[in-house]
Amino acid sequence: MLTRSRTRGLLRQAGTIAVTLLGLLVLTFAIGRLMPADPVRAIVGEEATQDTYMQVYQELGLDRPLPMQFLMYLRDVLTGDFGTSIRTGQPVLNDILTVMPATLELATLAILIGATLGITLGVIAAVKKDRWQDQVIRVFSLMGHSMPIFWTGMIALLIFYAALGWVGGGGRMEDYFIGLVPEVTNFILIDAALAGEWEVFWSALNHLILPASLLGYSSSAYITRMTRSFMLDQINQEYITTARVKGLSVRQTIWRHAFLNIRVQLVTIVALAYGALLEGAVLIETVFSWPGFGQYLTSNLMIGDMNAVMTCVLLVGVIFIALNLLSDVLYRVFDPRTR
Amino acid sequence: MDTILDIQNLTVHYRGSPAPAVRGVSFQLGRERLGIVGESGSGKSTVGRAILKLLPSADITADKMQFQDTDLLALPEKRMLEVRGKRISMILQDPKFSLNPIRKVGDQVAEAWRVHMKCSAAEAKAKALQMLSAVAIRDVERVYDLYPHQVSGGMGQRIMIAMMLLTEPELVIADEPTSALDVTVRMQVLSILDGLVRDRGIGLVVISHDLNLVRNFCDRVLIMYAGRVVETLKASELDRAQHPYTRGLLAAQPRIGGPRQPLPVLQRRPEWAEEART
Repeated sequence: MLTRSRTRGLLRQAGTIAVTLLGLLVLTFAIGRLMPADPVRAIVGEEATQDTYMQVYQELGLDRPLPMQFLMYLRDVLTGDFGTSIRTGQPVLNDILTVMPATLELATLAILIGATLGITLGVIAAVKKDRWQDQVIRVFSLMGHSMPIFWTGMIALLIFYAALGWVGGGGRMEDYFIGLVPEVTNFILIDAALAGEWEVFWSALNHLILPASLLGYSSSAYITRMTRSFMLDQINQEYITTARVKGLSVRQTIWRHAFLNIRVQLVTIVALAYGALLEGAVLIETVFSWPGFGQYLTSNLMIGDMNAVMTCVLLVGVIFIALNLLSDVLYRVFDPRTR
Repeated sequence: MDTILDIQNLTVHYRGSPAPAVRGVSFQLGRERLGIVGESGSGKSTVGRAILKLLPSADITADKMQFQDTDLLALPEKRMLEVRGKRISMILQDPKFSLNPIRKVGDQVAEAWRVHMKCSAAEAKAKALQMLSAVAIRDVERVYDLYPHQVSGGMGQRIMIAMMLLTEPELVIADEPTSALDVTVRMQVLSILDGLVRDRGIGLVVISHDLNLVRNFCDRVLIMYAGRVVETLKASELDRAQHPYTRGLLAAQPRIGGPRQPLPVLQRRPEWAEEART
């Protein structure tokens, strides 16, 4: 039902998003112009003559005033032209379409693991507050929070790959499978399933599970702590007593009443944790030779490949705007008072 | 008297607190309306929750807690779940807080039925709708789908009553059932509760700090002070109370048309809390 106030709310939200996007574009543009990297030199190389240099300088529009340059940048972005990466020689968009699915696969499985683990443990910790279960969970999540991921990554590889052989090692699948399935979406799991190559599928899953579990464990630490405190707020509410008076067991009361009331808050923190994972987990990607977004962004930063860096920053911003929007929508689904 | 509930020497001690909140409380309840009156912190609500054994952070001891044929004291939690909400239920104070804010009120009423009876969702809904009309709610189909923030305090409390009387319990504890309501709807809610309790022969314990409410609404009154019952009276004989604390409570009430003098200050003597009561 679209009431007038509802329409106004939607319009206001759309306006906010537009302004945020514009601000984001200003920021990425500024990064491109302020970074101490010379885009012309990066293209023409150190040996080029002054004439070549000036020619490229003009082709890039760098001789125009800054506002003009910004408008040109806007036009390019809006038409889907993000420039060419100097490092790979490919359009940046193509590069990102290759690396992002790898990160998406990893981050999505990681957040599924992290949220399931974190929410379950958080609820248990709240229900068993100050008992031994709470203490054990506290230590467990503190460890997840404080152990550096590159270290746990290497230890886990040593144990589960080198010693036990339960999982695959680095990379997204066994080397001899590479190139076997046509790259349709660049999500290995989906591509393998589409091609019906189940061996590839299992190999990919086998390579995915360890880094995803480690990332999930690491993000579950925060989710656990927050879930516990959200849950404690609810457990002391009077409606919990009502549910108990009706004859519901503790477990029924928790899942049918208290939990429904923390979903809204959980959505926010899980969305933020997911955003942080999508930004790319550079450390774990390095340890597991994962060709993902984090690695791509870092290596381009190192060599000053500005087109790629600007686009990556833009993408991270868009991801966060999208996740915020998603949690706003879920708020309305989960809480009748916001409708 | 046909005794529903027999409590002997009930003591409740919250863990970590220096003194018990309720000490040596004994009373019997028939098919009558019993008021428990006392000031804040006198332990009256704790008595109510102790009967339902809903005090996770307290130790409950007693010589006897007999409810009909059931020994509540020895009843394990699993069997207690079958008593709560089915044979004993409790009406809580403020519907603003005692209803789950994000579930439809009707579903919350129906849940009280579904927890105890094996039935389909549709049957439970029909039962809930029927009960909602019994508490004088019009247009029950519409009200069923409302959320707690969409109903008024008076309607919320009638929904609460519907939820707690749905399973036809033998005993209902009403913990300050009208304190959170506007004066104008108090009488309406009370008379609905009264009617239902009378019709069904339900034993009722009304916990309140409102002497006049208890006097008009109950058959018998327990006066609690510092965790003890200091006096038990027939409601009609409240004016003939002997105990100085009860007399003090009565004297502290202003009367319309009464003398325009400062009201006496309520006395609180520690020795009253120590007296053994029979």
